[in-house]
Amino acid sequence: MQTSRCYRVVIPTMLFALMLVLLPLPEWAHAFRPDWVTLFMIYWVMAMPEHVGMVMAWIFGLLLDVAQGTILGQHAMGLVLVIWVVQLTYLRLRVASLLQQALVIFFLLLAKLLLTLWVSGLIGQAPENIVLYLLPAITGALIWPWLFIVLRDIRRRYTLTKHF
Amino acid sequence: MQPLFLPGPSVTLRAILLLIASVAVMVADHRWQHLEAMRGVLESYVIYPLRYTINVPVDFIRWADRGMSSHKFLLQENADLKEQQLRAQVSLQKLSVLERENDRLREMLGAKPKVGERMLVAELLVIDLDPNRQQVVINKGADQGVYLGQPVIDAWGVMGQVVHVADTSATAMLISDPNHAIPAQINRNELRTTVFGLGYGGRLELRHIPHNADIEPGDLLVTSGLGGRFPANYPVARIVEIERPVGETFAKVIAEPVAHLDRSREVLLVWHEEEQVAPVSTLVPAKESAQHANK
Repeated sequence: MQTSRCYRVVIPTMLFALMLVLLPLPEWAHAFRPDWVTLFMIYWVMAMPEHVGMVMAWIFGLLLDVAQGTILGQHAMGLVLVIWVVQLTYLRLRVASLLQQALVIFFLLLAKLLLTLWVSGLIGQAPENIVLYLLPAITGALIWPWLFIVLRDIRRRYTLTKHF
Repeated sequence: MQPLFLPGPSVTLRAILLLIASVAVMVADHRWQHLEAMRGVLESYVIYPLRYTINVPVDFIRWADRGMSSHKFLLQENADLKEQQLRAQVSLQKLSVLERENDRLREMLGAKPKVGERMLVAELLVIDLDPNRQQVVINKGADQGVYLGQPVIDAWGVMGQVVHVADTSATAMLISDPNHAIPAQINRNELRTTVFGLGYGGRLELRHIPHNADIEPGDLLVTSGLGGRFPANYPVARIVEIERPVGETFAKVIAEPVAHLDRSREVLLVWHEEEQVAPVSTLVPAKESAQHANK
């Protein structure tokens, strides 16, 4: 499978994930918004680790920083860390059931949030409510099974890879 | 056939290199603000088109709503606006007389004439940023002459200042952001102070206010123009709560912004010609004025 052909599907979906991050939500729902870019990225790395990797994750992390107005590199660092773990364990992740995957995703998202929280704290922008700050890890894990199925259908429609 | 092991340098090595790159980027961005140009390019060419796309349905709904609102409603709105305009016109007449009088008095005193201000209307994009930061995105950028640190106001008072500029959009930090401070004074007695954002509930805080300071709930705070960044005499906030805890050095003073931080859709960008640096107030410690000069 050619890498360029994969990018024709992966990059639009990643841009769509960025749009989901930017989408206006009512005030109460802000804290629940899952980290779409990380979830989409985890899926594509799990499905096609030979084409989609940490460099792309880093670039989309920087874009996420620009989109959210955070310090440049904050989300990029968290995303690289998460994708590093996924690249080391993708063979094991693939054979896990959706629920087991969701559990792993929860801990990955939690690790990323704690890392970004630490960076925010270092530069004096720590949020006042830590529990609310960590909420996206739970919503992200809950949404994972559905996201997985949707992205898998997209991947199959464009016959990006035959296996998995 | 898919390889069992990933090609290229080892995964961990690449991860370490990218983590180092991330830290370098963060330090460069935070310490020296070297990366504003890179942020501007990414914002202009990638993020802004996405923001624009998201905004399209919102604009469409608003347009359709306008198209379908009834004739009667429009007539009513028109009458209301006409009345409002008449009232504004009357107060403007008085204001122009006062302004001329003020100019004459200034001339007699030999004082510098007041500086001119130019304004531009910008619209907020319906966009959510990091929920832990108090920021908004506006649809004017470097192409329209927007600059870093430019004051942003709405019809009621000061909203904040520009912190990132892209070609056709800019990000503004609101005065309620915990990283924001604005030099202000109390309108009633010209007591100078600094207003800090609290980050939640759109509340502001006045720090280092002695117990015996002459402050009352309901006092209006206006910009003092001391930092050189905000033009003087724009309303900022109204004092809502004062606590004077026994045994503490300073009083706890909470204020509420007069600008509609969460409701305004149209905002004004202000260009004010650089004034000479006003003498630094003795009430604001030197360390603090240096601090908000950096902001």
